[in-house]
Amino acid sequence: MIQVEGLTRRYGGALAVASVSFRVDPGELVALVGDSGSGKTTTLKMINRLVEPSAGKVLVEGRDAAAIEPHALRRSIGYVFQGIGLFPHMTVAENVAVPLRLVGWARDRIRARVEELFRLVELDPALAARFPEALSGGQQQRVGVARALAASPRVMLLDEPFGALDPLTRDRLQRSFDDLRRRLSLTAVFVTHDVAEALILADRIGVMRAGRLLQLGTPAEIARNPADDEVARLMDTPRRQAQRVADRLEGRS
Amino acid sequence: MSEQLALLPELLSAHVRLTLAALATGVLLAVPAGILVSRVPRLETPILAFAGVIQTIPALALLAVMVPLLSGLGLPGIGTLPAFLGLVLYSLLPILRNTVTGLHGVDAAVLEAARGVGMTSRQRLFQVELPLALPVVVAGIRTATAWTVGMATLSTPVGAPSLGNYIFGGLQTRNSAAILTGCAAAAVLALVLDGLVRALGHALAARRRGLLVAATSALLALAAWAWAPLAAARHAPAARPIVVGAKPFTEQYVLAEVLADSIRAATGRDVKTLTSLGSTVAFDALRRDEIDLYVDYTGTLWATVMARRGSAGSRQQVADEVRRWLAEEAGVTLAASLGFENAYCFAVRRETAEALGLRSLADLSRHAQRLSLASDYEFFAREEWRAVEAAYGLAFREKRTMDPSLLYQAIEARQVDAITAYSSDGRIDALGLVVLDDEKHAIPPYDAVVLASPRLAREAPDVLAAVRALDGTIDVASMRALNRLVDEQGRSPAEAARSRNQPRTSE
Repeated sequence: MIQVEGLTRRYGGALAVASVSFRVDPGELVALVGDSGSGKTTTLKMINRLVEPSAGKVLVEGRDAAAIEPHALRRSIGYVFQGIGLFPHMTVAENVAVPLRLVGWARDRIRARVEELFRLVELDPALAARFPEALSGGQQQRVGVARALAASPRVMLLDEPFGALDPLTRDRLQRSFDDLRRRLSLTAVFVTHDVAEALILADRIGVMRAGRLLQLGTPAEIARNPADDEVARLMDTPRRQAQRVADRLEGRS
Repeated sequence: MSEQLALLPELLSAHVRLTLAALATGVLLAVPAGILVSRVPRLETPILAFAGVIQTIPALALLAVMVPLLSGLGLPGIGTLPAFLGLVLYSLLPILRNTVTGLHGVDAAVLEAARGVGMTSRQRLFQVELPLALPVVVAGIRTATAWTVGMATLSTPVGAPSLGNYIFGGLQTRNSAAILTGCAAAAVLALVLDGLVRALGHALAARRRGLLVAATSALLALAAWAWAPLAAARHAPAARPIVVGAKPFTEQYVLAEVLADSIRAATGRDVKTLTSLGSTVAFDALRRDEIDLYVDYTGTLWATVMARRGSAGSRQQVADEVRRWLAEEAGVTLAASLGFENAYCFAVRRETAEALGLRSLADLSRHAQRLSLASDYEFFAREEWRAVEAAYGLAFREKRTMDPSLLYQAIEARQVDAITAYSSDGRIDALGLVVLDDEKHAIPPYDAVVLASPRLAREAPDVLAAVRALDGTIDVASMRALNRLVDEQGRSPAEAARSRNQPRTSE
């Protein structure tokens, strides 16, 4: 469970995040959507203290994040981001094993766990000894997910993890991630600017604008009762796009 | 050539010691400093600026400046220490700059991932940042290696033996075999060290354990070979040899060997020569007991060490005053006056003298505006030049400065019209040069005198007696002959010195 109360971040005089509060229940995935600059990534990074909050409180699994050493906090939370950030001087297997080495697992146990993770994220075991540069973007992101899951965290933070992938790969990864997080009942916060992705993957969606959390609810709730016209249009975008796509494919425009 | 090669183990091992010690220290200082700079951006400008300023100082000047600096701190001003410190300072910049560049160049996404997976600051540094910066850091170390091997040849004038002994000595005695030996050995050493550093870097980056072991072993073996003579010397009975110094020109090399031979013959003591010392380095070293004996010239001592201005007086007056001053002000003993003068003199080609009717400096001053003059590094900065200039109103069309060994080639090749020669130089006769009279005695006398350190005078009366026995034994003709043996006939200074003891036909 993640609980965020009055979370605020100032940069100089500017407010990047203004008193955001929400709660993610165990096994739930909350997607934060909004324009760039709306504060969604900053909010996410304050949860594992990659960004220190100016004010407010974060509770992860009931523990005050501010009271835990940042590196210890991060080891208990899986983190996947668009940049992926695989370590280029380590093999794929070593990359996946990093969180396990950090907590001092024995070599045999690490090897077994890495094999298990390869199966979990559907990675070809033949890639284990390769270096990241030899992998495709989709394969790299699977490695990134495997690394984030290595130490069996209960909580995951994902920052536009599939943003840079081609549509087919993205679709495949979205499906396997959706399956994975339900099987492992991960508690997750997922940042994206792609409303369709949020609608497909999230239990609840939080709409952010100018550092504030405008509205939080299930897709159906928000569609039924949008906070304002802009939110209504935002939530309706995928459907309008799908309609236009369908029209064109059927030769109606 | 075989004589040159016989010196190679000693000079090469000294060169390797100096280079490896300086590089290792440079790496140990510059890499942590680079890490610090990348962590504390505030420090980047001052630290890189400091290293950059050092780099703009010419290498020879940096080494030379170490001598008074260390002496001022009460540390040994000549020998290995100033050379070592100069080399360390010089190696800092390339390593420092590449460490900073390498660390800055690590991909931001990789750094975020390192934080995201829960690495501490130290873990990020050692597991991610340094491994990724390694190729760039190694490139910096390779640059520093090439510089250090090259610059270590410049340690010779500050009294640290190195491959530079070949180059400095060879340049002064026109021995191209020596110069080539020194250059070739330095080049091979640079290539070998560069190869080893590259192999180490490659082994670390590609995690090739076999290569890592091989390169490390090779480096350690080289170090062990280089330091072995020192370890052996430590176990040997510790009688310190008598050290005879020499400034960097032929006559000094020959006289150092003459002194060494005489002392060995008379006392049976172990004697070592330390050659190619800078001019004032030699006197300071003697005064501090870092060398025991060397030959200097009364006029040089008068003007440079005693800082006297104006007319000097007769040969005898100057010698007496120098002897008194050295004993009272510096604790140095003037042990013997060898019996010849090596004065600065002005020389022209015979054809020039005949065409212009030149016999004296006064004659020269009438034609000087159409003539060019070449001299050594020191002369135009010395009191003697100011005295001559003032006495005769000399104003040349062009004044050039070059290495003393090249002056004679320059006048022979008609690249200059007049040179300042040294009156005991064998090449004055060999080239048929005309020495112009200094009828106003503007240039002081330059009697060659043997100076003894305070400790030698105190503790080694037998050595002092052996040196005193040389008083008045070398006239200017024999000195010129000895110098010619080396400069014109390609003999080594040691051979020339030995020829003195063989029965000579009357002159």
